[in-house]
Amino acid sequence: MNKARWTGKDQGLSRALSEKVDGNFERLVLVFQDRLYSFALRLASNRADAEEIVQDGFIRAYRALKAYPPQRIEKIDLSPWLYRIVLNVFRTRFRKEQSRPFPVSTPASGPAGEIAAGSSPQETAEQAESRKQLEKGVASLPERYRVPLVLRYVENLSYSEIKEILKQPEGTLKSNVHRGVQLLRENFLRRNRREEP
Amino acid sequence: MKSRSAEMFSETRSLLRALKKLGKEKAPRSLLPAVRRRIESGDFYLRWSSPLGPVFVAYNQKGISAVMRARSGGAFERSFRKRFSRPVYPAPDSPRKGWQNEAQWAAAGKEKIIPFDLESLSPFEQAVLRKALEIPRGEVRPYGWIAREIGRPKAVRAVGTALAKNPIPILIPCHRVIRSDGKIGSYALGGKEKKMEILASEGLDAAGLEKMAESKTRFWGSDTTGVFCYPTCRQARRISSGHRVNFPSEKEALAAGYRPCKLCRPSQAA
Repeated sequence: MNKARWTGKDQGLSRALSEKVDGNFERLVLVFQDRLYSFALRLASNRADAEEIVQDGFIRAYRALKAYPPQRIEKIDLSPWLYRIVLNVFRTRFRKEQSRPFPVSTPASGPAGEIAAGSSPQETAEQAESRKQLEKGVASLPERYRVPLVLRYVENLSYSEIKEILKQPEGTLKSNVHRGVQLLRENFLRRNRREEP
Repeated sequence: MKSRSAEMFSETRSLLRALKKLGKEKAPRSLLPAVRRRIESGDFYLRWSSPLGPVFVAYNQKGISAVMRARSGGAFERSFRKRFSRPVYPAPDSPRKGWQNEAQWAAAGKEKIIPFDLESLSPFEQAVLRKALEIPRGEVRPYGWIAREIGRPKAVRAVGTALAKNPIPILIPCHRVIRSDGKIGSYALGGKEKKMEILASEGLDAAGLEKMAESKTRFWGSDTTGVFCYPTCRQARRISSGHRVNFPSEKEALAAGYRPCKLCRPSQAA
């Protein structure tokens, strides 16, 4: 289940796409769907919305690829390009909804089950609970900090890639990611203190 | 339990480790089929060298959705979006999506039964266009004939309007519909000249037809069978010139004791 994530360009796939979009587009979906979905889950309020956002993203990507000349497709750095499309889909969709998306709750699925292997039921329940707490914590961060933090630490992307996606200077990104981590920690610290007798 | 997670995540290193685990999500299995379905259900287009020069043919899963002349693919995409308020994309290069094969057959000029997507039109407009499809290659019918055949004999003008709005010209042969006085009439896809041209490409003597209209001949009868037809009806074309009788109106043909042809149905009595 260890997902192979690229940090660099996948030139093979962009070259294949530049030769033939239709034969290779499914490969692109298979390669990117998991990471884009986990990204969308941190943006949207629930699994259904996340799936729709990723779906729309792929459709947009397909249409763009159909319209681009081959030389342009070959030069696309697919990973940041796709993340950016998904982010844009999310932003256009929720532009009107000024309210913050409802905290994500992800009912136990694959990953939770994976954790379960070889651990006692007590531990599993605790882990599921702490996972839920963390998801809530991430969802409550302002978008400005949440998006770069998710890209850096959940999606495990490099700053040079995040720079491509968000079109912000690296310094700004680093400080926003740092600020996001601080906010998350403070959040839990506060709760810790509150809960201690 | 809460205190445990709170304790855990207040330490940066374990927080980052836990964040990383959030990224190990699997996309739902339904995602790829859904994307595939959505890609295939749109409108796509091919370029086609028609009897009128280059035109663009759009199709989707329901059938052929549009035929338009345009300077370029981009220009076609814009006018398609303007008219149908939905996008259209260049045809995928993988085989058999929607009605691509049929569009290609149509483009090659092969007579085939082609499904059409006429859903954006009113029931009346659909009836007019479906009726126009019944006019065989190399023949023409007046607007009034369509109006009468679809059960709206007074709606001759409306028939003209519906044909002018034909989203799929050439393939739905609105060019085979002419004025009731026998003149060729106009054509949305390039005017009267183009209409003459395309009729000629189907083997019809359009100029001769106009001349006949000037001499006020609307119908041909055969004095051996006592049947009268539209002059382009394949039955009428079989009448040898010695036995051909010209009629300026159906009334006169009927008065002369002729009956209307059952094939081209030049009169209600047919």
